[in-house]
Amino acid sequence: MEYLLFIATDTEPEPFDPDITPIEDWVAEGERRGIRKQGDRLRPPEDATTVRIRKGELLITDGPFTESKEWIAGYDLIECADLDEAIDYASRHPMARFGRIEIRPIDREDG
Amino acid sequence: MTDVAEAIAAAHRSDWGKIVAGLIRRTGDWMLAEDATQDAFTAAVARWPIDGIPDRPAAWLTTTARNRAIDRLRAATRQRSAMQELTMDLTPTEPDEIDDDRLRLIFTCCHPALPLPARVALTLRTVAGLPVAEIAKAFLVSETTMAQRLVRARGKIDHAGIPYRVPSPDALGERLHGVLAVLYLAFNAGYSDVAYIDVAETAISLAEAVVELMPLESEARGLLALMLIQSSRRIARFNSAGEMLTLEEQDRSLWDRTDIGRARLILAAARGRGPYVVQALIAQCHASAESAASTDWSRIVELYDELLAVSPTPIITLNRAIGVGMRDGPEAGLAILADVSVQLDGFHLVPAAQADLLRRAGRIPEAIARYHDAIALTPTETERAQLRRRVRDLGGSTPDPDC
Repeated sequence: MEYLLFIATDTEPEPFDPDITPIEDWVAEGERRGIRKQGDRLRPPEDATTVRIRKGELLITDGPFTESKEWIAGYDLIECADLDEAIDYASRHPMARFGRIEIRPIDREDG
Repeated sequence: MTDVAEAIAAAHRSDWGKIVAGLIRRTGDWMLAEDATQDAFTAAVARWPIDGIPDRPAAWLTTTARNRAIDRLRAATRQRSAMQELTMDLTPTEPDEIDDDRLRLIFTCCHPALPLPARVALTLRTVAGLPVAEIAKAFLVSETTMAQRLVRARGKIDHAGIPYRVPSPDALGERLHGVLAVLYLAFNAGYSDVAYIDVAETAISLAEAVVELMPLESEARGLLALMLIQSSRRIARFNSAGEMLTLEEQDRSLWDRTDIGRARLILAAARGRGPYVVQALIAQCHASAESAASTDWSRIVELYDELLAVSPTPIITLNRAIGVGMRDGPEAGLAILADVSVQLDGFHLVPAAQADLLRRAGRIPEAIARYHDAIALTPTETERAQLRRRVRDLGGSTPDPDC
């Protein structure tokens, strides 16, 4: 199954720990195990632009689609056997401690 | 009950979860597994009074459920691979051979990625086969709401890829703790009212299954023993007017000694001392005392100290203070409660406990005032009635319950 990981910030992170798995090792592990397909960091919400069309008119606004203290700082597309494997891999991402990670299954009928 | 009805009820208790679990493993379709199992029991109700009870009722039900699942899949035709899986192995299986399936089912129903109320409902429905209407009643929601909760939970298992297996050894401890929490929640929902006692009994039988399947897990034993000891007081805890009685007020000759004896054996084989084991030891200490006064309160306070070290919760702090009040006299208990009442502000059991200790100390007007504070904070009518009775026993007056 494919999952998209939303790597988000958090207002109540764990204190910094120098022993934490560096992100490079996390990415390398995902690639070695054939779990991680793609992913990257994102620019902060001040660089976001939101687009809507309403009554035929294009509306362009500065900022993310939702006002929140937390914001999405990155994403990873992974392929796992099941949710437990996805949880296990996501839990070792450094941002599981300094932020939080939302796991969303990709919607594929019959997949 | 006739022999046939009894045989069907017994098979439902012992085999429902095993049959559903086996069908889910073979088809991956939760709804189909439940429906086909329900079909098999419906068929038993129709056939057994005419054909007689089969020699091996579990095998009969397993085979019938599997055939009904094939029929339902044929009707739907699209899930071809699942149908092959089912038809490949048509030899009747005794459900005993597939106990691992039942364990898988329990862990999947209690997966932490599902919302807690859904975990409880799914476990009672899928593993124990309890009717949706009955689960809805015990959790004080409508049958429609409960049915939707189950549909959403089964949907998430499917769409989010929640696995159907016993967790890996490194995750097992934490996940087992989650399973036990679900069973205890189900038990308490069922035990809170005489009308839902089936739910409580179901939770006990599920805990029995977990102990049977994972006999070395001491916390599972602790939870089962704890539930059995609480359940042993099911008749004694109400008076003839239906009012709830405290441990001290209960007629201890009404406690079910069989339950208490079973709890003792189960607990004796527990090797660890986690929170459920310690709570069960406290319950056992009460169960073996002839009266509140002759209870070994020193041991109870020690056990609460042990429990506080592993799970510091307001209710345990409070119960420890009550224990100290019983061991060293009410003033000692009141002193502890005065210290903790700030952090437990607004918790209705605090003024109730203070009132009880004041009553024991002979400070009656203060006790009555604290009972009134407790009545104002207490959420359920059953508990308020219990507190009003205490006020009346002390010669105080209480407002009309309808106010």
